Parts: sequence; C-alpha cells; structure tokens
Amino acid sequence: MKIYADNAATTKTSKTAIDAMLPYLDKIYGNPSSLHTPGQEAAEALLDARCRIAKNLGCFPDEIYFTSGGSEADNQAIISAARIGETKGKKHIISTAFEHHAVLHTLDKLGKEGFEITLLDVKNDGGIVTPEQVEAAIRPDTCLVTVMYANNEIGTVEPIGEIGGICRAKKVLFHTDAVQAAGHLKINVADESIDMLSLSGHKFRGPKGVGALYARRGVKLTNIIEGGAQERGKRAGTHNMPAIMGMAAALDEACANIDENAEKTIKMRDRLIKGLSEIPHSVLNGNPTRRLPGNVSFCFEGIEGESLLLLLDDKGIYASSGSACTSGSLDPSHVLLAIGRPHAIAHGSLRLSIDHETTSEEVEYIIEGVKDVVGYLRNMSPVWSDLQKGKREYVIQ
Amino acid sequence: MLYSEKVMDHFKNPRNVGTIEDADGIGEIGNVKCGDIMKIYIKVDNDTISDVKFETFGCGSAIASSSMATELIKGKPISDALKLTNKAVAEALDGLPAHKMHCSVLAEEAIQAAIKDYYDKNGIEYDEEVFASLLHSHDEEE
Repeated sequence: MKIYADNAATTKTSKTAIDAMLPYLDKIYGNPSSLHTPGQEAAEALLDARCRIAKNLGCFPDEIYFTSGGSEADNQAIISAARIGETKGKKHIISTAFEHHAVLHTLDKLGKEGFEITLLDVKNDGGIVTPEQVEAAIRPDTCLVTVMYANNEIGTVEPIGEIGGICRAKKVLFHTDAVQAAGHLKINVADESIDMLSLSGHKFRGPKGVGALYARRGVKLTNIIEGGAQERGKRAGTHNMPAIMGMAAALDEACANIDENAEKTIKMRDRLIKGLSEIPHSVLNGNPTRRLPGNVSFCFEGIEGESLLLLLDDKGIYASSGSACTSGSLDPSHVLLAIGRPHAIAHGSLRLSIDHETTSEEVEYIIEGVKDVVGYLRNMSPVWSDLQKGKREYVIQ
Repeated sequence: MLYSEKVMDHFKNPRNVGTIEDADGIGEIGNVKCGDIMKIYIKVDNDTISDVKFETFGCGSAIASSSMATELIKGKPISDALKLTNKAVAEALDGLPAHKMHCSVLAEEAIQAAIKDYYDKNGIEYDEEVFASLLHSHDEEE
C-alpha cells in the first residue's frame, strides 16, 4: 500500500486544476499586460480568476494580489503593515510563537530594524490564542497583529473572527497566514474582520509556486518585488497564468465541497487519533477538536522522528516530523517547543496530514504501521529501556 | 536520496542491536535534548572485543553509524577499536550527509567510552589523552 499522508506539505494537483491550467500553456498564452487580442484574452481570464478567488474569501476582486506563494504573501503583508506603522511612529507588532517561519523570519528582520515584537504564548489549550491575550498585548504603538488561521504542524485552528474583531475595534491591522486553512475551512474576510490574508495554491490541490495576498481596500501595500505595473503596481512580474488559473479552479472546487470533504476527513482523522492514542506514552499535539480536518500530530516517547519517518516510508506511508534531524537544524520544531513539549519528546514527533480521499483501509494500515515502527524503534532505544527500568522519568504518562 | 544504500541497509537491518547482560564495558554518549543517544556494550577476552551490542535513540544515520561501528570493532583487538575514527565509520557507510557527520562522531566516542569503562572497572591503567575527546560535553543541559 502507498499512502500519501503529507498533504500539509503539499497536495496532489487536482484534475480540475490541471484541466484549468493546460489551455494557458499553449492556447491562451498571451501576456495579460499586452494590449493585443491574445494578451487581452489572458487578461480576461486573469480577472475571472481574481473574481472567483475573491468570491471564495468574501472580498472584492481588487483586494486580491497574486504572488509566488504563501511565503511571499506573508512577507509582503507584514512588511506593508510595518511601513504603514512606521509613518505613524508605531513600531510594535504582535504575533505568536508558533507561526510559520515566513512570518517569524520577517518579524526577526523587522526586529533588527527597531520594531518591537511580542510573540504570544501558545501553551494553553493545544495552542489556542485567546482574544483576551491579543487584547492585553495591544498597545498604542501596535501597528499589526498577525496570527495564523491554523497551525501547519499541529493543526490548531485559531479564533480568527474574535481576534479580528478586537483588532478592528482597536484600529490595529490584522493579518492571518491562512495557508493551511484556505480551501479546508470556511473563511470570510469581511465577517472575520481580516485586513490581510495569505494563501498558497498547492495546499488545496492547486499548483505550486502561486499564492495570493488579500489586502483590504485602503491597506497600502509595499512592494517586495519591483519592476512592473502588474497587480496594480504592487507586485511586479509577468503573471503566472497557468498557475493562477489552476489555483482559482482548485479553490473553487475545494470551497464548493468544503463541508462534505471536511466531514469525510474528520471521520478518518479522529479514527487515526484514537488508534494512535492506544500507543503507550504517546500524546496528541494540538487541540483535539479545534483542529484542521486532516491534521494528526503526535509525540511518542523514547524514539526519534527521522528514523520513524524512514521506516514508515519503507511501509509506503509518507508522513513528516518536527524532529531536528528532518529539519537540518539541531533543534526540534519551534512549534512543538512553543506549545511546551520538551526537547526529549519533540524529537519523537509525527505529523500525518490526510485528506478527503484517505480511506478507512488506509487509516487502519497507518495505525498498524505506526504501532509496529514505534515498537521496533523503542526496542533498540536506550532511552526507552531507561524509562522502562525507571532510570528515567516519563514525560508522557 | 538523502542516504547511501549502505546507510539504508544498516539502518533497516542493523547489526548487533541489543544489550549484553554481563558486559565488561558500557559507553553512553549523547543526550535526549539533542535527539541522539548511543549506548555500546562490549565483552572483552584477551584484549579483544569478543562481542559488542548497541542501543541507539536517534535518526537513521545514528542507527546506521552504530551498526557499522560495532561491525568494524567486533573481534578486533582493543588497540584497533581505540583507533576507529568517525571518518572510518562514515566511509564504511559510503558517506554521510555533512549535517549527519556528528552521528559517526557519537559512534566513535561511544566505543571509546565503553573501552574506558572496561579499563576503569578492571583497574587497567591508561593514558588519559586517549580519551580526551570524551571530555567535551554531550551533557544534558535541559
């Protein structure tokens, strides 16, 4: 059996998306910035894609800016808010400790420029940031609050509407990195008082290398990429037409089936969580109910994540881990550390991200496979034998 | 692929996994904070490593390095085992990615630690210099 359970990393491009992309490679290949007929055909399609994406988010088409992906959208949103704040002498930004690095590294950069960054604690409730936490952190010089819609590693879904409401009332710009949420959770930027939102095409079965930034009318964007008048002068570069068309089609498809897909996926997710919880000294990461439909994240005591992934790969189970060894750094995932997991067990983490096509046979196979591999690795682990002999204290009871 | 075929072979079919109940020397290197711990058990007969077993908590290359290192010293005189370098372990595995070289260092040091333990337990005198590399800290800081 071969089971792809790493949909949070990227998804298989859907047939719908591929079909939507193909004409823009060799039939409607004009540059939408060109005045001639082939160019204008592309321009019309581009507008259509923009309208459809806007409709799925509950915003106006002229509030959508196409980017190269989620990271670029995050960078541009944060830098823009910082530049707006700066002109008013506001140089304080609020975020969370477990954001994606596209957010955290951009904030680091601003920190070096003299911005003050407050990272909210995410140790409660499996990583839930409360509106009260946000409210308490807002100061007169706060220019931006950026909180991810849903966490990419542990799947926790934040109370975005409530946080947005507070920011709106306090007149502070609010950005959300919705890369994991778009196409999987219902989003309405107007209802949720979101000023800026980032999304990425390949997380909902669109192609890679394309994303979008929603920025509410009146939010002045700062260019990250200079060189042309595309995207109302805010993002230069010839439009990646096939990718944009594929992303629009994929988002339409995902949003049209959002309830049905979520229902199917959640059923499989909860079975997986139940099955893996039977492994002794294992713990679910993230909030058990307020989580992405497809996310299952566990820590297993006494083993290391990379060897777990390699052995699962051998069984045809393709997953991911927040262990240091898979990241190329010495520290395990900043997300797991931020929610309070000690290093010892953060190294032994596993993320399975399934989707609506995952079957119950596959789920049972995954449960058995993980149980086997965890048992096998524990058998050769000196940490596990120390735990069993009482020479070391269990972190996970 | 991240790893050579040899690394994958030693990772998936590790040699000498386990413990030795009446081991003559035991060496443990690494800590859980860093995500790697290697524990080597040796039996010594007539200055020769007559048996060796390992337990490892760590990534694929840590397990493969332990497996290869134990293969390289099994049946060898202690004097040879002391000369085993991390480079030799990595080379025997047809190389390790640069950021995984520390796994082979752990293997080299775990073997040295086991031999030092054997010397200490048996009151055998030795030159401290031989085990100088064990002095730098792999201690837990958490």
